[in-house]
Order: sequence, then C-alpha cells, then structure tokens
Amino acid sequence: MSERLRILIAKPGLDGHDRGAKVVARALRDAGMEVIYTGLRQTPEMIVEAALQEDVDAIGLSILSGAHMTLIPRVIEGLREAGLDQVRVFVGGIIPDEDVAALEELGVAAIFGPGTSTQVITDVVRRHLTGG
Amino acid sequence: MELVPRVLGGDRRALARLISFIEDDGPAARAALAALYPHTGRAHIVGVTGAPGTGKSTLVNELAKALRAQSRSVGIVAVDPTSPFTGGALLGDRVRMRDLAGDPGIFIRSMATRGSLGGLAQTTGDVVKVLDAAGFEVVLVETVGVGQAEVDVARTAHTTVVVEAPGLGDEVQALKAGLLEIADVLVVNKADRPGAGQTARALEVTLDLGRNNRGEGDWRPPILKTVALDGTGVEEVLGAVADHRAYLRESGLWDRREQERVRVDLVRMLERELVGRLVERVGEDALEGWVEQIVARKVDVYTAVQTILKADPAGERAMSS
Ligand SMILES: Nc1nc2c(ncn2[C@@H]2O[C@H](COP(=O)(O)OP(=O)(O)O)[C@@H](O)[C@H]2O)c(=O)[nH]1
Ligand SMILES: [Mg+2]
Repeated sequence: MSERLRILIAKPGLDGHDRGAKVVARALRDAGMEVIYTGLRQTPEMIVEAALQEDVDAIGLSILSGAHMTLIPRVIEGLREAGLDQVRVFVGGIIPDEDVAALEELGVAAIFGPGTSTQVITDVVRRHLTGG
Repeated sequence: MELVPRVLGGDRRALARLISFIEDDGPAARAALAALYPHTGRAHIVGVTGAPGTGKSTLVNELAKALRAQSRSVGIVAVDPTSPFTGGALLGDRVRMRDLAGDPGIFIRSMATRGSLGGLAQTTGDVVKVLDAAGFEVVLVETVGVGQAEVDVARTAHTTVVVEAPGLGDEVQALKAGLLEIADVLVVNKADRPGAGQTARALEVTLDLGRNNRGEGDWRPPILKTVALDGTGVEEVLGAVADHRAYLRESGLWDRREQERVRVDLVRMLERELVGRLVERVGEDALEGWVEQIVARKVDVYTAVQTILKADPAGERAMSS
C-alpha cells in the first residue's frame, strides 16, 4: 500500500447538492489524506474509472437521492470487474435501516448517516485503511 | 518487475500502480523507469500553468477533447499543492474534466506536490515518462503557477502554455509569478468577461519590452483569447502548440531542450546518489557529532565538509573531480 492514503470522493446520481461531500473531502485532507474530488453527477462507470486511474485506497460516495440500492451495487460490481476488489467503499447519506445490512453484505465498509461528525468519519476511514 | 510489460501493453491498472510507486519513490520504481526509458521520447509534453482559477483545468479538458477529435491519445497529469501543515491535499481538477470520462484514449492522474525537496519536477517528469512510454502521444501537465517548484515543472515541458484571465486583480498574474519568461503560448481565458482585451494588450506590451521566452531562439509567444467554458478559441491554442512543436523541431531546439533536461536529470540523480552514499558511510552518529561541534562553534560547517570529504576517499574523488 502507498505511503499516503488516497481517497476518491464522488457524488453519484442526479441530485445537484454536494456541500456535504465537499465538507468531508476537506476534513479528510485536513487529516493528511490525498483526496481526489470528482464532483457531481458521476455515473458508477465514471467512478470506477477514476478510482482505477487515481489508484485510490478507498472511495467515498455521497448519496442523497435515494437511489443508493441501484448505484452502490453497480459501483461495487464495477470495482470487482476492474480488479479493484481491495478498494474500500464508504457511503454517506440517508440510508434506511433495512438497506444498511444489505449494503454491508455487499461489501460497503461503513455507512455514515446525516450528522455524523467529520472527526468520526476520518477516524473510521483511517482505521479501515490502515488496519490500526 | 512485471508491471513494465503490462504498462507497455496498455494495461491501465498497471500504469496507475506504477505511477503510485513513482510517487512513493521506491527502488522498484527506479528499476521500472530504467526498463521503460527506451520507450520514451515520443510524446509531446505540454505544460499548462497559471494562477489558480484562471481556467487551466477547463482548458485542459477542451484541449484534450480537440486532440481526441484528431485521434491523438492524451495523458493528463494535474498537480495541486499538498498542505504543508497536514500533508493532505484536495485534488479537484477532475471536476472540470468530466467530458473525458469513458475514453480509453485518455488517462488522467491527479498528483499532490507532497514534501519532496525540489523533487516535484523530478517526480512529475518521471510520471510523464511513464505516460510517454505507455504510448500517449500528447501529455498535458497542469500545474498552479505560483512557486519555483511549479515553474521548474513547467520547464520540463516541450511547450508551455501560460493561462491568464481578466478580473484577478490589477496586475497581470503571469507577470507577477515570473511565468512570462517560460511561456511559449499565452492564453487569455475567460474572454467572455470584461477586461480580456486589456489583459491581452498588457501581455503584448510586456512581450514588446523584450521579456520573451527562455532567452533562446526567435519564437514570439502568440497571445490567444479563449472561452474554455464553451471551447471558443481552443482550436487556435492547439494550432499554436503544434506550430511551436514544429518550430522546436526545425530550429534544433527540440534536441537542445532534451539535452538540457537530461543534463539536469543526470546531475540531480548523481547528487542524490552521492550524498546518500556518503551520509551512509559517514554514519548518522558521526554526522550528529559534527553537528554538535558546529553548534558549539568548535568547528565551522565549511571546514567540516572538507574534513568529512577528505576522510572519505571515494567521496572526495567523486566530489573534487
Ligand atoms: N466565465 C468563464 N469562466 C470560466 C472559463 N473557463 C473556466 N471558467 C470558470 O473558472 C473557474 C475555475 O476554472 P478551473 O478550470 O478550475 O481553473 P484552474 O484553477 O485554473 O484549473 C470555474 O468555475 C470555471 O467554470 C471561461 O472561459 N469563462
Ligand atoms: Mg485546476
């Protein structure tokens, strides 16, 4: 693994609101990580391709649109097809309880609900990526 | 190292991995670069630099699209600063390059400057070499033109496009940052905004005053207006970049710049190797001893250097020749 943690922050789906994603991106940068920010309206294919080119350790997906049960599985499947199984996937957004288990089953490393502090997010991400 | 044949075979995952190794500066990266070197030297390396917010990433997106329309493959390296306080970086250039997604003829890599002492130009240069060896015909290198390190990166390009925009203050930013000297093509972007004509004229006047590029040859940087947001003027920029390449070839400057680049590379690598070996042989403890003596004013740093070199015959042979 690379010395410096690299993480892609992407906003899949069609809703045009990325304040939360930007706040998390800045917090991760302030925690010493290299954050590749891709912006709004990313398709799962675009996210997988960017993760491959940027050789990231993790992807953070910010989803508010309610389309998480279609978008997230497509990202995870795409990562697998690209041979990027080791890339961890984190999700931020409003995810109903009944979907949380299903997403974790699919391989999502952690899900952050609304109002999770950036401190908690950076701690959890770092713990997952450094195994410490 | 099995990454090399994969990179040469067009494996994008291997390419991405190798770039990471280079950024982490491991011995494996050096071996791979050595193996790839015979396959380099074909790409046209184009630097795109200028103050933050002038529209460099947006322009790179448009340039890449126009190059793709000519069926030329494009590698992109977008460099942004590492925070000196946290070591982290926010790399946001891809936001402007959405149009390029899904095209196998394009490869985009975001790079943080990291802490490497004067090593940014070297690391960027090595990443560019890998893209060159992987077969990308044009490599666009975006850097924020603010510090000496970034200017050094621009110097490693064959052709440097300096991007300016109106409305960023009273002064022409490129002038302030000393970028005009390294410009081969000057772009006044955001020509849809008031003041673009004035900025272009200010640049024109400065060129007339003789602040021209790199003090070699008789190329005068053209000044071109663009609206990167909608692609206006981008064809002209591409035309100027191609003209500049032809000029470099015909005037013999292409080879001279290549020689200059290789010389700088060679000396830098020698310095690193020699100093590394010497420090290793002298030993951390002995070095610490010297530091203490110098701090205590028992000896000065100049005498210390000479004494250390004399005590190490191999070091002295290398250093004094
Ligand atoms: N009005 C106008 N805005 C532009 C133009 N080109 C870029 N921008 C905007 O300028 C801002 C900075 O652009 P970006 O490409 O990120 O600049 P960089 O920091 O130099 O890479 C963005 O909001 C762009 O949409 C242009 O030609 N006209
Ligand atoms: Mg940019």
